[in-house]
Amino acid sequence: MDTLSLDTFDIRAYLREDLLPHFMCPGCGHGIALRALLWAVHERGIPKDRLAVVCGIGCSGRVGAYIDANTYHTTHGRPLAFATGLALARPDLEVVVITGDGDCLAIGGNHLIHACRRNLNMTCLMLNNEIYGMTGGQVSPTTGGGRLTSTTPYGNAEPTFDACALAIAAGAGFVGRGMTLQLPALKTLIGEGLAHPGFSFIEAISDCTEIFGRKNDLGSAPEIILRQKSGMRPDTYGNIVDRPFQAKAMRIGVLGRNDRPEYGAAYRAAVAARIAP
Amino acid sequence: MHMSTRQNLQGNHACALAAIAAGCRFYGGYPITPSSEIAERMSLELPRVGGVFIQMEDEIASMGAVIGASMGGVKAMTATSGPGFSLKQENLGYAAMTEIPCVIVNVMRGGPSTGLPTRPAQGDIMQTRWGTHGDHPIIVLTPSSVREIYAQTIRAFNLSEVLRTPVILLYDETIGHLVETVDLPDPATIERADRKWATGPREGFRPYADPGDGIPAMARPGDGYRSHTTGLTHAEHGFPTQNPADVDRVMHRLLGKFDQHRDLIDSFEALHTDDAEVLVVAIGIAARAAGRAVRQARAAGMRAGLFRPVTLWPFPEDSFREHAARASTVLVVEMNAGQLSLEIERLCAQPGKVARLTRFTGEPIGPAEILATIQERARHGHA
Repeated sequence: MDTLSLDTFDIRAYLREDLLPHFMCPGCGHGIALRALLWAVHERGIPKDRLAVVCGIGCSGRVGAYIDANTYHTTHGRPLAFATGLALARPDLEVVVITGDGDCLAIGGNHLIHACRRNLNMTCLMLNNEIYGMTGGQVSPTTGGGRLTSTTPYGNAEPTFDACALAIAAGAGFVGRGMTLQLPALKTLIGEGLAHPGFSFIEAISDCTEIFGRKNDLGSAPEIILRQKSGMRPDTYGNIVDRPFQAKAMRIGVLGRNDRPEYGAAYRAAVAARIAP
Repeated sequence: MHMSTRQNLQGNHACALAAIAAGCRFYGGYPITPSSEIAERMSLELPRVGGVFIQMEDEIASMGAVIGASMGGVKAMTATSGPGFSLKQENLGYAAMTEIPCVIVNVMRGGPSTGLPTRPAQGDIMQTRWGTHGDHPIIVLTPSSVREIYAQTIRAFNLSEVLRTPVILLYDETIGHLVETVDLPDPATIERADRKWATGPREGFRPYADPGDGIPAMARPGDGYRSHTTGLTHAEHGFPTQNPADVDRVMHRLLGKFDQHRDLIDSFEALHTDDAEVLVVAIGIAARAAGRAVRQARAAGMRAGLFRPVTLWPFPEDSFREHAARASTVLVVEMNAGQLSLEIERLCAQPGKVARLTRFTGEPIGPAEILATIQERARHGHA
């Protein structure tokens, strides 16, 4: 088990314990994603003083406050914009953005595609729970077809966004998808994102049991997560599938990787080439 | 050795050069007329001093990036005009709430909406004060010459650092595109202020506790404080609170944090106000025209004066009241439908004392029209 560093990883060393218990609902997957992130931070040996976590608004936006690091709870949809300024001003910091499906793909969608295009070094962890949980369960860009939400009482007729396909198309340096059911795999994926010198986009399939699950009669958190699992097709971490792939399965694992220049370095190189020493 | 240099400079270029001189090392912007020369000049100058320029994907992102850079400890600025300034409001409020220093330049064009993009106006006077939602402190400086843009840009950075607040530099398109001869000061003589950085014990650090002067020291990421910054109403420890007593205490500190520092903040120019019967109040290019009209009126034997707020918000109201006390008429000259007038009317309780000369056609108000209005009011005052 030492390859999983379970012997040295104690999540409490990375949490603001005086803020616990956290405010997330029973069954919410965000806490598991948080554990995966902090485990990856631990494995990468990133000092807490050098870790800057930038969040947006929503349930995902509240996750950052529990981390014992430099944490920023910014405005709705804009954490990537704030993080861009922070990462350019302070390349010595390890900048991590925690965002949600509404924060990142709806109100913040423009910032996502340009962050991918620019390829500035940071890691963006999007917690996808298919819903605006904090505001009471409204439809989001990743809500499945036909789903009931507080603003789709007749079922959701909008197609869903594939955030990873979007990130790949926009040029992100590293793109992957994991799920909270598979904590070690999600941890490894985030670790690879942290290690990648460029913009890393990682989608964590989370769940909203209390609001989305209840509204759609999906049962308990374990039932929801197992149903998610059956809809996944592994590309890299093939340790989960116990039933045949489904036709419309989502791919998980490392989905995209390229060697495009990291933006901060490219900017400095362009300047250096034109300014005589 | 005196190292000042004389240059023919456009207002917007003066703003960029002053920002560099003030220590600005990050600019996040988005193209918009009539402010784009500031971004263009910053994109050229910043790399020469080790700074970073970035053109963001939109106005909202540029405001976010500026705040993000300043959170990292780097002095940061953006510039825009009406439509872009509207888009920046939410993040501007975030900077006010979290007390992140930054400078926002608004080069005013005609509005509302897309309005008159290449024409001067002064229609954002109230928006700079109340543009973002909720009660909040803000400082707005309004230069009226190229030389003053240079000086007030430096001052904007210094005030934003010392008082941990966004500062808005507000001037109209005419001032922004005006080219004037300016003696740029020797960089060695420029006073630069830096924010207070937290230096005390890490354990039990309270990032929003009042140290006595109303301005908490800021925790620089990497210095070991590992504090939390949020736009949610937060208590002294930096984390959200809904406790009414906590909210009352922290909001009183936030909204009153300039009170102890008005001597630093207030600034104005007074011309012939001592015995002025007709006192003109104006900013920007309207104040330039008003100054000429007042001198002409004096030459013609009329007791006219000019009160020009350089700090527009918080309005230098004590000084204004003193200078306006002996006037029978206060004439507000502004390029909008009447915004500064509202503040002046609030400060002049006497009915009928305040007169307005306003225009929103995209043309500046000239000295002759102001002089004619002064003459009319002076006669009215004698009658």
